[in-house]
Amino acid sequence: MKKDLTCITCPMGCTLEVTYDKKHVISVTGNQCKRGETYAENEIFHPMRTVTTTVRISGADVPLLSVKTEKTVPKKLCSRVVKLASAVSVKAPVSAGDIVIKNLLDTGVNLVATRSLNRSS
Amino acid sequence: MGELTRHVDALIIGAGPAGLSAALSLKKSGVEDILIVEREDAPGGILLQCIHNGFGLNAFKEELTGPEYAERYVKVVRENNIETLLNTAAVDIVTLQDKKTVILLSKKKGLVKVTAKAIILAMGCRERNRGNIAIPGSRPAGIMTAGFAQKMTNLHGYLPGKNIVVVGSGDIGLIMARRLTWEGCRVKAVVEILPYPGGLNRNIVQCLNDFGIPLYLSHAITKITGARRIKSVQVAPIDKNLEPKKEGAFTLTCDTLLLSVGLIPENELSIRAGVMLDPVTGGAVVDAELMTSIPGIFSCGNVLHVHDLADFVSEEADYCGKAAGEYIQRGPAKKKEIPVKTGHLVRYVLPSRVEAGKKALISLRAIAPAKNINMVVRTDKEIILKKKHRIISPSTMLRVPIEEVPRDAQYLEVSFIPEEK
Amino acid sequence: MNLPFDVIIIGAGVTGAATARELSRYNLRTAVLEKEADVSFGTSKANSGIIHPGFHATPGTLKACLAPLGNRAFDRLKEELEFPFERRGSLLVAFTEDELLSLQNYFLQGKKNNVPYMELLSRERTLEAEPNLNPDILGSLHAPTAGIICPYEYCFALIENATRNGVELFTQQEVTRITRKAKKGFIVKTRNGAEFSTRFIVNAAGLYADDIAGLVGITDFKILPRKGEEYLLDRRVGNLVKKVIFPLPSVTSKGMLVIPTVDGPVMVGPTALDIKRKDDFSTTREGLKTVFEHARKMVPSVRSSDIITAFVGIRPVATGGDFIIGKTRVKGFINAAGIQSPGLTASPAVAEMIKNILVKEGLRLEINPSFNPKRKCIARARKFIEKRDFNKLEHAIKHNKDYASLVCRCENITEAEVVDAIRKGHTTLDALKFMTRIGTGRCQGGFCTSRVLDIIHRETGIPVEKITKKGPGSEIVPFLLKKGEKIG
Repeated sequence: MKKDLTCITCPMGCTLEVTYDKKHVISVTGNQCKRGETYAENEIFHPMRTVTTTVRISGADVPLLSVKTEKTVPKKLCSRVVKLASAVSVKAPVSAGDIVIKNLLDTGVNLVATRSLNRSS
Repeated sequence: MGELTRHVDALIIGAGPAGLSAALSLKKSGVEDILIVEREDAPGGILLQCIHNGFGLNAFKEELTGPEYAERYVKVVRENNIETLLNTAAVDIVTLQDKKTVILLSKKKGLVKVTAKAIILAMGCRERNRGNIAIPGSRPAGIMTAGFAQKMTNLHGYLPGKNIVVVGSGDIGLIMARRLTWEGCRVKAVVEILPYPGGLNRNIVQCLNDFGIPLYLSHAITKITGARRIKSVQVAPIDKNLEPKKEGAFTLTCDTLLLSVGLIPENELSIRAGVMLDPVTGGAVVDAELMTSIPGIFSCGNVLHVHDLADFVSEEADYCGKAAGEYIQRGPAKKKEIPVKTGHLVRYVLPSRVEAGKKALISLRAIAPAKNINMVVRTDKEIILKKKHRIISPSTMLRVPIEEVPRDAQYLEVSFIPEEK
Repeated sequence: MNLPFDVIIIGAGVTGAATARELSRYNLRTAVLEKEADVSFGTSKANSGIIHPGFHATPGTLKACLAPLGNRAFDRLKEELEFPFERRGSLLVAFTEDELLSLQNYFLQGKKNNVPYMELLSRERTLEAEPNLNPDILGSLHAPTAGIICPYEYCFALIENATRNGVELFTQQEVTRITRKAKKGFIVKTRNGAEFSTRFIVNAAGLYADDIAGLVGITDFKILPRKGEEYLLDRRVGNLVKKVIFPLPSVTSKGMLVIPTVDGPVMVGPTALDIKRKDDFSTTREGLKTVFEHARKMVPSVRSSDIITAFVGIRPVATGGDFIIGKTRVKGFINAAGIQSPGLTASPAVAEMIKNILVKEGLRLEINPSFNPKRKCIARARKFIEKRDFNKLEHAIKHNKDYASLVCRCENITEAEVVDAIRKGHTTLDALKFMTRIGTGRCQGGFCTSRVLDIIHRETGIPVEKITKKGPGSEIVPFLLKKGEKIG
């Protein structure tokens, strides 16, 4: 089977031509780097995405803290990740990289802060 | 009275990615007396509300979110003790003979006048709005730019509505389509007047295709209805003259219309200063050192021309800071400059002048999409660069580094020539 | 129910506001009932902002009588109430020999209407006065008494002064029933159940004046809505014209004009289209095309690419076409209806006329000794910045540090002005826009809106998600992000 995909790993957005069967990816062409191959392999059978969202924060100058999944998580779990984040509230101070939720939905991936916020003066 | 007029070597207007990078490269080039002014209450510019990733792949070889990217620079600026005045807006630049004075309104310090040897304009851009594209219909609540919705959602914690239609397929609209869907809204469609999308392909995939949000190319919103709040929009396909057709028109009910129809460099201040603007880019006309028509006033980042990647903004601002640093330390230099012309299929080139015998970095955009095309850089005498591109598009800025501009060149011209078969 | 009023004015547009201010000179209990969230939300905010010289109206009509009278009052009113007004003058331009003859007729008509200082200008003198006009123009009628005004600031100023002098303003009160009281007077009921008792009613309800009159059984006139689209151009092309430029009028309107505004941007329009519904506020593609075609005829350098925004005003045309001002067969019920153009111009004279009618109908007037005609307008930072008068700006900051906090980048509006307007009771974005001009610049609120929302919340406690554009149902960002829980 053949399929055309747009790689989303970086802003280049290479168009990939992927040949595959029921279990494996047979070939990938059109990628300008190795990450394109990895993307194709995942995308056909178990697409993965990075989730970026916000959680609430108290004690800072602003009410929200931006967060992201440290690595990609299965695409079908994305909205659940966002829902979980909705329920979370952290306290200032926070540093970018701090873990906000550990091991999201048993994926082994953490939700981390993407911004450092001090305590309100 | 005297306390209110400061003198600095370099004044940078804006602490977004452009201003921060420029400040760092000024410091690196040996200038100590630097002041950054920023109208918001935190440095980082628009990146603070861009909580999605896609930043830093060029600059740091890592994929970062907007706030992470901003923080890389904010941290270094802080470590270098570069003074930044927050909640401070520049309202005027007065140029009298050689003196350049910037008038600041600072929440903390009141009215402050600052004279500077060099000023770097790094004010970024604003979004095109409904009035600019004259969508007919009523003027109810629920119509806003995608960037405003992004700010309210990501920084303040409010959703603009629940049933969204997006006008324009620029990246901001696509990103917000995903963000709002993730937060429980229903994004019904993205309507794009051109036959190709304005944003990156990766965003079409991860923001629209992932959620089954339809993208209508070559369509326009022909009417907005709703009294207090928007109730629906009429959508119609358009012909090659961009006029709406009657067949194929349909109605979408919605309570929010997000506009993602382009960015305009924010040059109010530059106009007051008397800086000459380029009507095509909307930004200042600059020479090889990114200096504007007013000696000692430089420009970089989105206020100079709209960029696609923050990484390139940082690079350009770094270059600009260096140039400003040289200007401060060495004074204005006599340069042998030659014009850079736009050739076939080129919408604009920047800067509009380069120095013969020196390195140059030219940014440009195509006027229309094309496939299998050669970018050609020539002088009056010879072709000095030829590069094949599989695809070019107006929404992707290209950058051409030139090792050395030939000393005997009278001008440079950049054009796109189709591949000969 | 409130204590009985002497007069209730229904409608807080220019007619109602001018009347309220006039009545506030006297010891009366006066109330104004306005159905929208704020004053001047109807036709009074959506017009060309012109103080007409008065030669357009057919002699013998109320329009012809009251417009020139009203026109005269504006210098004094501006001094007392501090709203933006400039006497720029107007040019009625002619392109053909026939049109030149029409100019003469309008000149004579103007004389009949007591319009002063008019003159007929040759082509050369016309182009000298306005170099950007179409050089094909053959001549013009110059009326120096024409002016431009900010109509909603005028309306706000009138109401502010009226309320300061004792008039009570009730917003969000849509009148739905009027019943006669046993002896004299009326009970006025509104949609949300409030009741007011009054001896006299002034019907200044604009587009809905016929509906209000119908509530007391008066059905001898109808309001026939006539839509007008207007387009505002970028401030950068602002100096195209200094005077108001009129073409020869049509049967239904004064034509499509090129209008300088006090704040700077040039306006083009309005169209004139009779419509069926009183709430059709839609701009149209055809309207845009028509406006620009006509405007370009007079000022060739006008471009549709310079548009920053558009709006629609609906003229409340009454049966017969003239103002309907007077007593009715229902004792105590006074009409002030059909106030389309030149209603804004005529408003001071209309107010005076209504007062006289009320007196004739039995209202006793006693001068209010503490009446203060003056209303101070807060200093506008943008005027100082425009003129580079930074000493004055510093002075303002010394007295109010909020002048150092810039909220609107495009128009240079500071927190001081926004807070002042909010404290005067203007808590919708539209009202703040009208009062301070915030959000009217190039970015159309893109940068300042989030700040304004925060300031309104801080000053009034209204939750951000409840702040509206123009009243309930028009909330800006109606939902909280995190499942209804309070944030921050």
